[in-house]
Amino acid sequence: MALSLKGLSYEYIEQDLFHKSELLLASNPVHNKVPVLIHNGKPICESLVVVEYVDEVWPGTAILPADPYGRAVARFWAAYNDGKLFPAYAGVMKAATEDERTEKVRETHAAVLKLEKAFAEISSSGNGAAPFFGGDSVGYLDLALGCSLPWFGALRAMFGVEVIDAARAPLLAAWAERFAETAVAKEVLPEPDQAVAYAKKIQAYRAASAKK
Amino acid sequence: MAGGDDLKLLGLWSSPFVLRLRAYEYIEEEALTNKGELLLKYNPVHKKVPVLIHNGKPICESRVILQYIDEAFAGTGPSLLPADPYERAIARFWAAYIDDTMLPVWNKSSTGKTEEEIAEGKKQSLATAEVLEGALRDCGKGKPFFGGDSAGYVDVELGGLLGWVRASDELHGVKPFDPERTPLLAAWSERFGALEAVEPVVPEVSRVVEFGKTMWKARLAAAAAAGASN
Repeated sequence: MALSLKGLSYEYIEQDLFHKSELLLASNPVHNKVPVLIHNGKPICESLVVVEYVDEVWPGTAILPADPYGRAVARFWAAYNDGKLFPAYAGVMKAATEDERTEKVRETHAAVLKLEKAFAEISSSGNGAAPFFGGDSVGYLDLALGCSLPWFGALRAMFGVEVIDAARAPLLAAWAERFAETAVAKEVLPEPDQAVAYAKKIQAYRAASAKK
Repeated sequence: MAGGDDLKLLGLWSSPFVLRLRAYEYIEEEALTNKGELLLKYNPVHKKVPVLIHNGKPICESRVILQYIDEAFAGTGPSLLPADPYERAIARFWAAYIDDTMLPVWNKSSTGKTEEEIAEGKKQSLATAEVLEGALRDCGKGKPFFGGDSAGYVDVELGGLLGWVRASDELHGVKPFDPERTPLLAAWSERFGALEAVEPVVPEVSRVVEFGKTMWKARLAAAAAAGASN
């Protein structure tokens, strides 16, 4: 989404994480994970590190805000998203028992409530309620959270779990609808049913490995 | 420090994350068990130190704070992050590695609940130290610090752990930066610890050991109490 915001053209090489390519292993020897951006032959790893790199190298639409405090707030909540929300909702998908799933759903909802509060504070700190974390247009934190939307759709389809419940997190629910309508989301984000198909593939892989 | 700025740092002397930031007006928080009002007000999300309060506005999470300081006080003193975007990306990558990959396994090797967990933690800790040794070799390119000729972002990130690195041998019988297996890191550790800005703030080994033992006893007591109430 960051590359799309900057209007950059790039070669997208889909990876099969069940059979990792030589290029992936060579480009990210430490973690062997996606994403990896390779710019003029040099690899950059870790999604938020890559987004900041893209923002710094290419001018045009700014992804992070200009002022240091705004940047600190955006970075804090992106780290929260990656460190708290992501493991919780991934845990809903991976849970081996119903009890575990219930606990992970609880953790997910708790994290969403914190983000709801953050959105209220951030969007009101400008001149009235802004549509996005980044203000009038999409920014760093919108991308950080927005990339999970297809997975929230998958959780709804697979387990009937509503990650962003409009009754408890109305601001985020409205934000999610707005974000899904942006050009960048439409261009880049996969459909929830693609996420469902992939999740089932991972579950099958995990079940097969467990049997060995 | 830029004139007129009010900077407060909420911290804990033993926290490696706090140590990364020491240079400002410093408000010691009373042990981990007694979270002061200031802390709860300024970091309601995680209730953790460090918190930097700049002109009344709080910034939390040590890596976020380090970058904030670098950006808000640009031009005052040397930069923590390099100027080149690619080198900045590399520095951020390794800082994330230290916090998200290395620290959790270090913790496992001291807080693991079973012998097996602890042994596994120790094994993984050595593995992460070896990865970091490689990083120092590649980033440092023969220079004294990850940041080159002077200490930078990654040096400060890792340097915050110095008190615990030094105490680890006595506490856990493990040298995280073993001179035989990770000679570059061992040498870096000495060099960083001797820096004028660093030397006075790194906590003494004996104090860290004492603290480590206290925390361990508290953890055992809590586990026993939890077991007894079942």
